Amino acid sequence: MDFNEDQIQRYSRHILLQDVGVEGQEKISNGKVLIIGAGGLGAPVALYLAAAGVGTIGIIDGDVVDLSNLQRQVIHFTPDVNKSKVQSAKEKINLLNPDVNVITYYDLLTASNALEIIKDYDFIVDGTDNFPVKFLINDACVKAGKPFSHGGILRFDGQTITVLPGTACYRCVFHAPPPANAVPTCSQAGVLGAIAGMLGTIQAAEVLKYLTGVGDLLTNRLLTFNAKTMDFRTIKVKHNHKCQVCGDHPTITDLIDYEQATCEIKSNH
Amino acid sequence: MSAILVNGKTQEVELPISLIELIKKNNVEQPEMVSIQVNGEFVDRSNFDTTQINANDEVDFLYFMGGGSR
Ligand SMILES: [Zn+2]
Repeated sequence: MDFNEDQIQRYSRHILLQDVGVEGQEKISNGKVLIIGAGGLGAPVALYLAAAGVGTIGIIDGDVVDLSNLQRQVIHFTPDVNKSKVQSAKEKINLLNPDVNVITYYDLLTASNALEIIKDYDFIVDGTDNFPVKFLINDACVKAGKPFSHGGILRFDGQTITVLPGTACYRCVFHAPPPANAVPTCSQAGVLGAIAGMLGTIQAAEVLKYLTGVGDLLTNRLLTFNAKTMDFRTIKVKHNHKCQVCGDHPTITDLIDYEQATCEIKSNH
Repeated sequence: MSAILVNGKTQEVELPISLIELIKKNNVEQPEMVSIQVNGEFVDRSNFDTTQINANDEVDFLYFMGGGSR
């Protein structure tokens, strides 16, 4: 890939980085990243990956922009209310960086479409808010051998882990979705808006590290933080030999559409 | 009293103490929303009440965290 003058200027702060350089920027520009959920986490991930010049960004989300989203979903603006989130996100990405090829899926990720959608991408970002889809993303990525970043936020807390083929997966740590009636989500429990930015930018940094091969990814380590104390912690986690999807004797052979928890019905629209 | 590490911080506990008692002591309101490692090994949910904690054990409560999209 030959960068033109504008591109060399646009990406100069990457190119200046010794660990990245022109070569690293080429890897970023050739990268294909799928963002699942154009919400609190997906918004900063999409903006930073677009700014970085990731060549292809796929975005899947079946929702439309709601006024209550704007407190944290910084890719959507007030005039976007009632527009599909994928369309709103695509418009902002195109304005920010016309180099990026944006592919939108105005749809929910399900057991029947997950493998087909993720197969074209180098890296997947989980920016969803609910456990059925988080486990679906994990299982699909583990099965397809795709690296991905898990992210979760709630109230003042955030957590993230990067999963590569062979490293501890989300299911190694959390086994199975919690009972539906026990689960609070953003719409129910609330979330400090800036937390989404804190976690989403960590996920975006992991994507860029993965694409360029720079540094040590957040694998076999779960990063958690609490914004009230600003304590950050990484907890070592091991690949679990009893894991139902990546263990020695996996029992999950087909992808599962877990039932949505009742509190995740879209009551906030 | 014996010292253990809970989420990286020292905690003084009276032994013997089981994992389920430690969960209560730490005000974990919903044990079904937490995954637990003791000394880096995951403990099956069904063994929370039979697992005994020893001095200097490192216990990590890892919470399910939903949020992000909607
Ligand atoms: Zn696993």
